[in-house]
Amino acid sequence: MNSRFVRKTQRLTLAAATAASLLATGPAFAKDTVHIGFIGPLTGGVSSIGLGGRNSADLAVKLRNADPNAKYTYEIEALDDECKPNVGVQVATKLAANRKVVGAIAHYCSAVAMGTVDVYHKFGLPMTVWGAVLPDITYGNEYGEITRVNGTMINQNETAAKFMLEQGYKTWAVIHDTTDYGKGHNTYFTKYLEEGGGKILGAFGVTSDQQDFTAELTQIKQLNPDVVYFAGLTPLGVRVRQQMDKLGIKAVFQGVSGIKSDAYFEGLGGELAEGSVTFLEGAPAEKLPGGAFFLSEYEKAGYDSAPEAYGPFAFAATSLLMDAIEEVGPDRKKIVAYMATVKDHESITGPITFDDHGQNTVALITPYVAQSGQWVVWEDSEYASGARKLPGKQ
Amino acid sequence: MDIGLLAQYLANGIMLGTMYALVAVGFTLFFGVLDVIKFSHGDVLMLGTFAGFTVWLGLEAAGISNPWVQLVLILIASMAFTAAAGAAIAKYLVLPLKKAPPLNTLLITLMLGTAIREAVRLFYPNGSNPKAFPSLLPDASVDLGGFLLRADSVILVVAGLGLITGLNLMLNRTRLGLAIRAVAQDEETARTMGINYMVVVLATFGIGSGVAAFAGIMNGLYYNEINFGMGLLLGLIGFSAAIVGGLGNLYGAILGGFIFAGLQVVGSALLPFASAYKDVFAFAVVIAIMAWKPTGLIPERTSDRV
Repeated sequence: MNSRFVRKTQRLTLAAATAASLLATGPAFAKDTVHIGFIGPLTGGVSSIGLGGRNSADLAVKLRNADPNAKYTYEIEALDDECKPNVGVQVATKLAANRKVVGAIAHYCSAVAMGTVDVYHKFGLPMTVWGAVLPDITYGNEYGEITRVNGTMINQNETAAKFMLEQGYKTWAVIHDTTDYGKGHNTYFTKYLEEGGGKILGAFGVTSDQQDFTAELTQIKQLNPDVVYFAGLTPLGVRVRQQMDKLGIKAVFQGVSGIKSDAYFEGLGGELAEGSVTFLEGAPAEKLPGGAFFLSEYEKAGYDSAPEAYGPFAFAATSLLMDAIEEVGPDRKKIVAYMATVKDHESITGPITFDDHGQNTVALITPYVAQSGQWVVWEDSEYASGARKLPGKQ
Repeated sequence: MDIGLLAQYLANGIMLGTMYALVAVGFTLFFGVLDVIKFSHGDVLMLGTFAGFTVWLGLEAAGISNPWVQLVLILIASMAFTAAAGAAIAKYLVLPLKKAPPLNTLLITLMLGTAIREAVRLFYPNGSNPKAFPSLLPDASVDLGGFLLRADSVILVVAGLGLITGLNLMLNRTRLGLAIRAVAQDEETARTMGINYMVVVLATFGIGSGVAAFAGIMNGLYYNEINFGMGLLLGLIGFSAAIVGGLGNLYGAILGGFIFAGLQVVGSALLPFASAYKDVFAFAVVIAIMAWKPTGLIPERTSDRV
């Protein structure tokens, strides 16, 4: 009897110990690791945006991994598309061909995304765009794999044209780069501007690595527009703005979402940047529903570069993908099916609803103006209150 | 087209031409002396410009803010640094390959250029973003009926042309110039005449690279913006200019530089189609010129090299 008692207690302690050890090390045992991919321009002229996106996606993964309720442990593989279509197709293929990867958040550069959507479709890899704005990425195909959390340049330019016409400007000259990105912006802006009664005096296509714009700007100076509309990315925008000043062109410098970066000020210095106008889908991070949370977590994580304009979208896209995996499991087909049903899905950028092309129907576009070395939301700026004036206004 | 507009284009062409000529001179010097093409020339130029920019940051931090003092120090530092880099490349990469096929030199310098470019992009703080280069020259300007003549542009062009003239005088009037010409003409004989071959080659590469650094700083001062990729196109254009003018001939390089600038301006100003094709136009004409005169407009004469 004594021995039986001993055995019983032994068994009990053993059970208790096992239970305790299971509880203590539980998550490591119980959770499978799920691989997801991130692609963006991590090197090259627009790498500041790419790194901000990568960090934001990484942050989303870290937060999820710290969440005891998450069913899986996530691992993110970040690849560099260098903002070059040929490189983009290579890394997209590498990612899609890896069966361990169940979903991806990819691309800031539209030209790259246009080249890679076919790859994702071929491999059946669900991919959510976090930054590229060319409409055709979602609307130019019938691929269920492709979704996008940020808005397109259609919304952006509609708002831009309306906003600038409301400011009382009448004539524009356009400089756009000759990639899909620049040409697309030019097309939609021209369309909405002319519908609203604005006039385009001249449009100039330039290569995306051009250094000297004196010849184009000399002609623009002759045309004497109220506004110079620039459709391209930051490095080029910095040069155009710089050289406008050299030639004594006083017109307003209106950019597209591609110049909404801190690098714009680093390249120009505050004085020349002052009064530049640009537009961006969504609202600034601090004004987003979950913006304060995002920014404070980003700060805490201690990344060495800013999230930049599209960081919140990369964060939202990554969270959405992980939500999908939590819901239906790490299976490419099931995730694609899940994405088709996303409606009013909560995210830090506001509710996400995909239309039948996987395009988030967010229509919120925010105008920004460069004021004292940073991008300020127009409504909050001294330009809106009248304390400062855009060029050409009394 | 009115006079003001025409003058603006002309000024732009002269500015670009001076810059291109300064880069082309390097190519032509290297080819003259060693019969090699150093494809890293453009990226060495970029490196020199970033060195100058770093010196400027240092001067600002040290509280030295007189623009003229800054400019002189930047130029000296940048040109000296780049000259040293050019000489080092010659000593450790180009000369050891002297017996190898010329293609190897071309390839190794091409790869070196990429390495320099990527190194600046990755290791220079925030190197992938464009940097705001300070405007150190007076920004006064005169409006001549639609044509804005800027003091800084005038100073840059004058300084650039002055440098080319100085280089020409150096080549033709000094002992070093004589030695460089001697080596260019016949290496063996020059050696037997007691010319220190190694010193002459290194000096040539140093001078050519220093001149390129000047072009880089000029580029920075003119556009007030520098970036890690600036040397790529400048190098290519400088090379084409040197080829068009006649590789190995100093005047050819200058002529080639101005021709290329002229083509670009014409391409964007006068042709009816989009200015996006101005480089296509300029390079197409270069191809045509090369088909017409395979050895360049002012071909290198073996008796009058460099």
